Amino acid sequence: MLEQLCGFNGESMKRIYLDHASSMPVDPRVFEFAKPYLLENFGNPSSLHSIGLKAKDALEESRAKIASFINAEKENCIVFTGSATEANNLGIRGTALRNISQGKTVVASAIEHMSVLNPMKDLQKNGFTFNTIPVDSTGIVDLEKLESLITKDTVVTSIMYANNEIGTIEPIKKISKIVHEKGIYLHVDATAAVGRIPINVQEGEIDLLTLSSNDLYGPKGAGALYIKPGLKLQSVIPGGGQERGLRSGTENIFAIVGMGEAARIAQQEMDQESKRLKVVRDKLIEEILKIDEAYLTGHPIERLPHHASFRFSYIEGESILLNMDMYNIQVATGSACSHKTLEPSHVLLAIGLKHEEAHGSMAMTLGRSNTIKEVPTIVKAVRETVQRLRKLSPLYNK
Amino acid sequence: MAEGYSKKVMEHFLNPKNVGVIENPDGYGKVGNPVCGDQMEIYIKVKNDVITDIKFKTFGCGSAIATSSMVTELAKGKHVDEAMKLTRNDVADELDGLPPQKMHCSNLAADALHEAIKDYKSKKK
Repeated sequence: MLEQLCGFNGESMKRIYLDHASSMPVDPRVFEFAKPYLLENFGNPSSLHSIGLKAKDALEESRAKIASFINAEKENCIVFTGSATEANNLGIRGTALRNISQGKTVVASAIEHMSVLNPMKDLQKNGFTFNTIPVDSTGIVDLEKLESLITKDTVVTSIMYANNEIGTIEPIKKISKIVHEKGIYLHVDATAAVGRIPINVQEGEIDLLTLSSNDLYGPKGAGALYIKPGLKLQSVIPGGGQERGLRSGTENIFAIVGMGEAARIAQQEMDQESKRLKVVRDKLIEEILKIDEAYLTGHPIERLPHHASFRFSYIEGESILLNMDMYNIQVATGSACSHKTLEPSHVLLAIGLKHEEAHGSMAMTLGRSNTIKEVPTIVKAVRETVQRLRKLSPLYNK
Repeated sequence: MAEGYSKKVMEHFLNPKNVGVIENPDGYGKVGNPVCGDQMEIYIKVKNDVITDIKFKTFGCGSAIATSSMVTELAKGKHVDEAMKLTRNDVADELDGLPPQKMHCSNLAADALHEAIKDYKSKKK
């Protein structure tokens, strides 16, 4: 069946890329805007000569664009890093270590990204207490548990704006209220949410916020941490003192300039684009849920507009991913086989799925290249993939 | 290709050989479980100690399916004592190798075959 459909790897078929949560192409406008900073404007922003100053200007212009994008109080609230992972590390370690006198407990939801959970586990090895907050079956943080598990001894709590694997959007304002009533700092990883839904750090009363460039159609190699005015952090990368001394290392000007421009474009186009993608997403979900024993993972309403995630009984996610790739459709999975640890996704386990259920997961994240016209092709590929793998599966007896 | 699968692994994943079940098999082997993410079942038909027919069903990742398919190909037509000697490395080698973290999957395919042969031998007694 499949060999008739396509060649060995389906390259003859039009590519339908549905893994934007993993990686996004750079917007050509962003590339054109940032390109001179790889070539003629190659200066080091720390140099005082004209070439250095040009780079410094570009760096500060980009900082201003990011600040405006998330409504930061001041431009210097933004600290550029090399990735969202690094921003998460700086936000959590930097806050915990600098404000140790306020307490030695760190708190995160059970569905945070590894770049939040692992720095906290690391702090735990160094004498901190680490508490995780459970989520319900849709991925929403348990607010009562949050209230009871953060104590006077807590220094920083980290809750993501939205989850990358199941698309659930957390009630950040409610969370912020609970955390702030106890006088604790709130770090929010907005990597999955940025560019999809509006983020306003002042309105959301957020102390620290992580952003990534690539999730805005900017180049990889740049991330940013918003730090509320007055909040003190310890550097996690000491060195030459760049970025307020919090993140040393010569700035990746190309990626940072690209990130700023990508944020400016997102600020203008996001509302319309998210509305467009939501229509595509809703149609995808509606059609895929018609497949026997297909289930939505994550929240049915409070979810990112570009995010559709599922699980299918009796089959395994890596097989789904590989099989979909044969149709030249790229998806993601939280199955164990796709992870270096050979453990299924901690997110899917946290929402209460059994191991065997978590193995059969598939996530689709839409982007600018996707259109409503692609939906029938995608749905047909999913249907055939599920059917083929179930035919192979000893667990399926229908 | 994802996880660095060889072309041969992908061929067996896409067009697996000997898929299915055998009614009243002479031997049946089952290894793994859905919790771990891999489960394989192998059915054999044996005549004069030679495997004349073999079928499998597998729940699992790409290499789990490919190794199941490969082990059935390797075992078909073999004397049960010869088939018993097939190892996970034999299966992986025939597939032009597997990514290191996947070696446990091919282990399962050979194990399922061995279980089926043991089942056959125990019935024979």
